[in-house]
Parts: sequence; structure tokens; C-alpha cells
Amino acid sequence: MKLPLEGILVLEFSQFMAGPSAGLKLADLGARVIKIERPVHGEGGRQIAIKNLFVNGSSLVFHTVNRNKESFTANLKDPNDLNLVKKLILKADVLTHNFRPGVMEKLGLDYETVQKLNPRLVYASITGYGTKGPWVKKPGQDLLAQSISGLTHLTGDFDDPPTPMGLAVADIFCGTHLAQGILAALVRRTKTNLGGLVEVSLLESMLDFQFEALTTYLNDGQKPPKRAKKGSAHAYLGAPYGIYKTADGHLALAMGSLEKLAEAFELKSLRGFSDTSDAFAKRDDIIQLIQDFLIENTTGHWLKMLGPNGIWCSDVYDYKKLLNQKGYQILQFDQKLSLRNGETIHTTRCPIRINDKRLFSSIPAPEVGQHTEAIQKEFNL
Amino acid sequence: MLLPLEDILVIDFSHLLSGPAATLKLADLGARVIKIERPIKGDLCRELYVSNSTLNGESSFFRAINRNKESYVADLKNEVDKQQVLRLIKNADVVVHNFRPGVMHHLGLDYEFLKTENPGLVYGEISGYGTEGPWKHKPGQDLLVQALSGVTELSGNANKGPIALGLAMADMLAGGHLAQGLLAGLYQRANTGHGCKVSVNMLESLLDLQFETVTTYYHDGGEPTQRTASNNAHAYLSAPYGIYETENGHLALAMGAVPILGQLLDCPELETYEDPKSWFTERDAIKQTLAEHLKIGTTEHWLSILEPADIWCADVMDWERLLEHDGFKVLEMLQTVTMGEGFSYQTTRCPIRLDGEILTSTKGSPSLGEHTEIIKDEFKSNL
Repeated sequence: MKLPLEGILVLEFSQFMAGPSAGLKLADLGARVIKIERPVHGEGGRQIAIKNLFVNGSSLVFHTVNRNKESFTANLKDPNDLNLVKKLILKADVLTHNFRPGVMEKLGLDYETVQKLNPRLVYASITGYGTKGPWVKKPGQDLLAQSISGLTHLTGDFDDPPTPMGLAVADIFCGTHLAQGILAALVRRTKTNLGGLVEVSLLESMLDFQFEALTTYLNDGQKPPKRAKKGSAHAYLGAPYGIYKTADGHLALAMGSLEKLAEAFELKSLRGFSDTSDAFAKRDDIIQLIQDFLIENTTGHWLKMLGPNGIWCSDVYDYKKLLNQKGYQILQFDQKLSLRNGETIHTTRCPIRINDKRLFSSIPAPEVGQHTEAIQKEFNL
Repeated sequence: MLLPLEDILVIDFSHLLSGPAATLKLADLGARVIKIERPIKGDLCRELYVSNSTLNGESSFFRAINRNKESYVADLKNEVDKQQVLRLIKNADVVVHNFRPGVMHHLGLDYEFLKTENPGLVYGEISGYGTEGPWKHKPGQDLLVQALSGVTELSGNANKGPIALGLAMADMLAGGHLAQGLLAGLYQRANTGHGCKVSVNMLESLLDLQFETVTTYYHDGGEPTQRTASNNAHAYLSAPYGIYETENGHLALAMGAVPILGQLLDCPELETYEDPKSWFTERDAIKQTLAEHLKIGTTEHWLSILEPADIWCADVMDWERLLEHDGFKVLEMLQTVTMGEGFSYQTTRCPIRLDGEILTSTKGSPSLGEHTEIIKDEFKSNL
């Protein structure tokens, strides 16, 4: 199958997670992505590990987000190397970077300059907090952006301290928005033959992620979000929305009529609560009532009772349980990549399917500078 | 400025959040989005009750997600209505839906058929768990997908049990991925003239978010996810990564060298952790020490020491303080939109900037069927 972005050349100056996650989506959609890395050590993300896990000298995280890419090393402070990179830019369709504001200007690789070299180029940048104002120099890091954005007041229970989401949500949403902006600019280019500048920031992406709740806050007299006392799953949604403990595990209950739930449970004390006024106002009481009831029996028992009644509910899995389910396995969401040194990376694939085809790619993340020579030859640098 | 999707027409059958989140991005990037809604009730989201308050009579969530769109009412089971919608689709560039698998086929609006009517059509669909297998008929609802995906093991502290991410993460991600696929499809169409079908599902989108940790699970021999005993912010990262209570608030600390932190904070106990590996293996003890220590000073005090030393840290803010801050105001992230009948409300704008400009739109969410007649009239020669 011909992939949508075949023929597109992306130069990725981005490091760590946000920018490279955008590059990975473009790669999986068919683009050729060349990472521009500093000699020897490569990009900073190669040394950021989770659980101390490294494969072939780079962190497993690096392998996860940089598969399906090539690596070209250049010392951007060396005029010769910089010249080679500028020649590559002449051939490129997209450039991404996430340096702090001012760095690309110093290198002479800022948008104004580069656009003159290659007017068709889509130039994309990620910052932490925009390009002006008091936070310009603040480090653009995921947990910090979550913490500044107010997001930590939405997860966990009422009495819990501010609780961040336990993964890089700012990086991932920001990367998603960057990829959207780049793709839109490429669509525009088919009409105008001109590239453009796409800018996103971690903070703006975190605000966009909270847009529903923020819009509520802006229009309800700015009442602070209030998490439920126990089992909270969404500060703005009424009971029964939440996660409950059962005799042998947990049960998730999504939104639904309390009356219907009372019937399905045959639970008299749950009768008489109104879905419109009580579900939120009496949320903690209702959740407690349901919790006291659910603890008496197993998750399996409740699922059997609720499912046929059309109640939105689910078991709660960890990775082990999930990965052993047929419902997971049938997705074929994993793939294995072979490194040059014989090691294997077992990871996930792109979540987008085109014409009912899954997008697999067997190309692993590159070693530092693995493709420098080949690219020099190919592009006559 | 020429918006990238200015001449693109999107016919949007999707409801609730996932699909509408995707089409909102397309709208803000310049596309014209027409919501196809069922008579009387319309999009289910219109009456999704939120914290007991409504915004001009309907859900504030609906108002946030469906600004910058038009509303056209049609009963897709009625042949006359359906034929009119079909002719709209013939003029469209993109169709989006998030019905459960089989529904669009049953309505005679599946991709196989529509592409014979409009070969350039880019057709996007979102399901909960894919279109095959034992879960295909399960309700594709955000919390339920979170519950199955393993993501509830990642936030909060070790003793807390599963904790959901407090926003509709699966919806937002699936919408984000769909928008990426649709845009890639539109790019390809501009080059080849052919459309395509783009499918995403909420479970895969949520697994994609967890690509680091799922990959780790594949490589660490399938060890259970272990959050830290206190101050957890990422179950797989070393100390100090977390949020800490201070004398007057909270401080976020990202990754950093523990002994250097010890020196800067005047906490000698931390200087003994010289081996970076111990920052992971001893992270509970390190976090405990840090938590005790940071309580004795204010957030501002710690920031004044750590920020000049280039330690990654931040104040933990709520919306009240954030919205008052110059760092927020300079982003111009808020905009006021106005509905057809004149009601105005404040909301956020698109987070993407193009050619140095923010993308704003003054158009509020449509009332149900607000544009049905105008659209019928406009496409009369084609309807």
C-alpha cells in the first residue's frame, strides 16, 4: 500500500518526547524522517531512561519514540557541518525542533532565514510556554507543564494532593497538535506551493486538553473543580461515574441513569435520586452507597448482572490481564524490530489504520549517526 | 491568512467527544463542519450534565466541543432525509462518524458505498475497541476504555488502587489521531485524487499514549506496574520526579541528579545517593526524605534556589492563579464566541499557531438544526 506521506522528507532537530512523537506519526504515515543529532552522544533523549532500561546504548524510551527514523550527525556550531545541514534543508519538506526560544536564531536556522532558503518548507517548533512572556525561559518539561496548567486538580480524590497524570500527557498532546499543524500546512502547500510556520507549546496543548472543563469553569462563576471523595474519575461528572472496589478487584461505572442502576442492582436505597439534580449534588453519598453494595460481591458477578441491562461498566485491568485478552490480541497492536546488533525491540505500532490496513514498520531506532554517510552520498552533500 | 482547510467540507455524523474533538480541530484549521444530528434530541452530548450547570440551556461540554460548526437535522432512517444527506456527502471532502461497528453499514453510509459516489472522499471512523473480536460491541466510553487499557495503574500513589485519568483521555487522543489520519488522507488526495478510509479506536489510542510503558512491560519480563509509595508522578521514573507539599503549596520536581538537589536544598541525606541507579531503586526513601524536607520552606523559597541552578521545577497552580498570571495571559488562549441567537460565552482557542498567528473563531456552537434550511437552500441545485 502506498502511504499518504510517501515522498515527504522530515528533518527532526527535536529531542526527548514531544517533537519526536510527532516525527514518529509522520514516519508511520509514510514520511522519511531524518534525525539531526550532535556527534557522539546524539540527542538528549537517548540518556533519559525509565526503569534504568537501556538497549544498545540508548534508553528503551528512545527506541520506542524514534523507531522508523534515520540519524544524521552534525555539529551545528561547526560552519562546515552547518552548511551540510542547510543543503539538506533545501531538499526537505518539514523541519521540527524543540530548542528553547533563541537557539535556532543563534544558529542561523530560524524560520525567517530558512524560509528564504526553501520557501516550500513547513517549519515546526515546540516550546514549553510560548515565545514571549515571563515563562519563555522556563524548562519545557512534561510534569512542569502539567503542574502549571491546573491539570493536577482533576485526577485523584478530593482529599488527595494535586495528582499529575502518570505519563507524559503534555508531550504527547503537544506532539499530536504539532503533527496536525504540519499536516494541515502540507495540505495548504498543495494549493499555494508555499510552506509555513507551525508553533505549539506544552502549556497551550495542556489547556486545549482541558478545554471542556475550562469552558465550564469560565462560565460557571469560576467554581474550582471538585473531585469526588472516593473513586473519583472525572471532577465534573456526577455519580455513578467512577471506579469501585469489589470483593475481588475493581469495577468501573460510567455515566448512566441512577434509576436504571437501582433497578439492575435491585437496590432500594439507590431509588429516588434524580439524574439531573442529585447525581452531582449528592455525588459522594451516592458513590458511597454503591461502593458499600459492590464490595459484597465479585467483579465478575456485577458484570454479569449489569452488562445485559445496558449499564456502561467494565472490569479494571493491569497490563498483564489486558495483554492476555483476546480483545487485545486481535488488535495486533505490537510489533518486533531487529537491531543491527541482533537485539530485538518489542514495542507498539501506529494507532491509525488506512483503508483497513494496520501500519507496521520494522525499522528500529537508529544508532547515533548511522545514516550520515549514506545521506551525504545520496544528497551529494 | 489563508487557513489550510478553507475549501474543505466536513460532514460530521459523530457525537459525544471523540469525533467532535477531531472535527473541531479541522474547523479551526479552516474547514466547514456540518454536524448531522438526529431530530429532537440531536447529539447526546447536548444533555450531558456537567457539575449541575448548563450553558445557555445545554451542556457546557457540548458548547466547548461544537463551536465553529453548523447543525443539520436528519433522520437517517427516513429515505428522503437520507437522500439529501447523501447528496451533501457527494459535495463533501470528509465524512466522520463514531457509531458502533456496523451502524453506518446498516444505514447504507459505509465507506465501500460512499466511495463509489465520491471517490475523493476521506472517510474517518472511531470505534471503541476496533471492528472485530470479542469487544467490538462494548460501549466505547472513555472511562471503560481507560479501565481496560491498564492506564489506571499509572497515576496516584502505590496504595491507592486504580485511579482514572480525570479527563476524557481516550476520546481526546482518538480524536487527535483521527484528525492526523484525515489530514494525511487529504494531503494524499491532493496528489492522487483518491480518498481513503481512516480508522482509529479508543483502546489503541490509549495504548499509543502508553507506548513507553507497554514497551517497558514487554522488556522487563512483565513486571507489574509499581507506583511510588508517595509523591508519584510517573510509575517508571526515578526520584525526585513528583509533586511535593511545601509550607504554602506544592512544588513539582522533574528528573534531576539527587546529590545535587541535596546540596542545593541543604539536605545532606540526599547527597549519599551517588549512583544514579539508586535514584530508581531507592526512590521511595529518597522521595520520603525530600517530602519531609520541602515541607519546611515555601514554594517561592525553593524555586528561588532551584531555578537559578537550572533544576527542572515549577509551582503547582490551579486555574484561578494560572488565569491571573502574565505567563498565561500572554498566550491569548481564551476567546469569546457567539451563538446564532446572540448568546456569548468564553472558551479556549485552537492550540496550534500558523505563520505566527493564533487561530481564533467567533462562531459559537449551533442550536439543534439551526442551519438545516440554509444548507438545503444552499445545496438546492445539488440536493
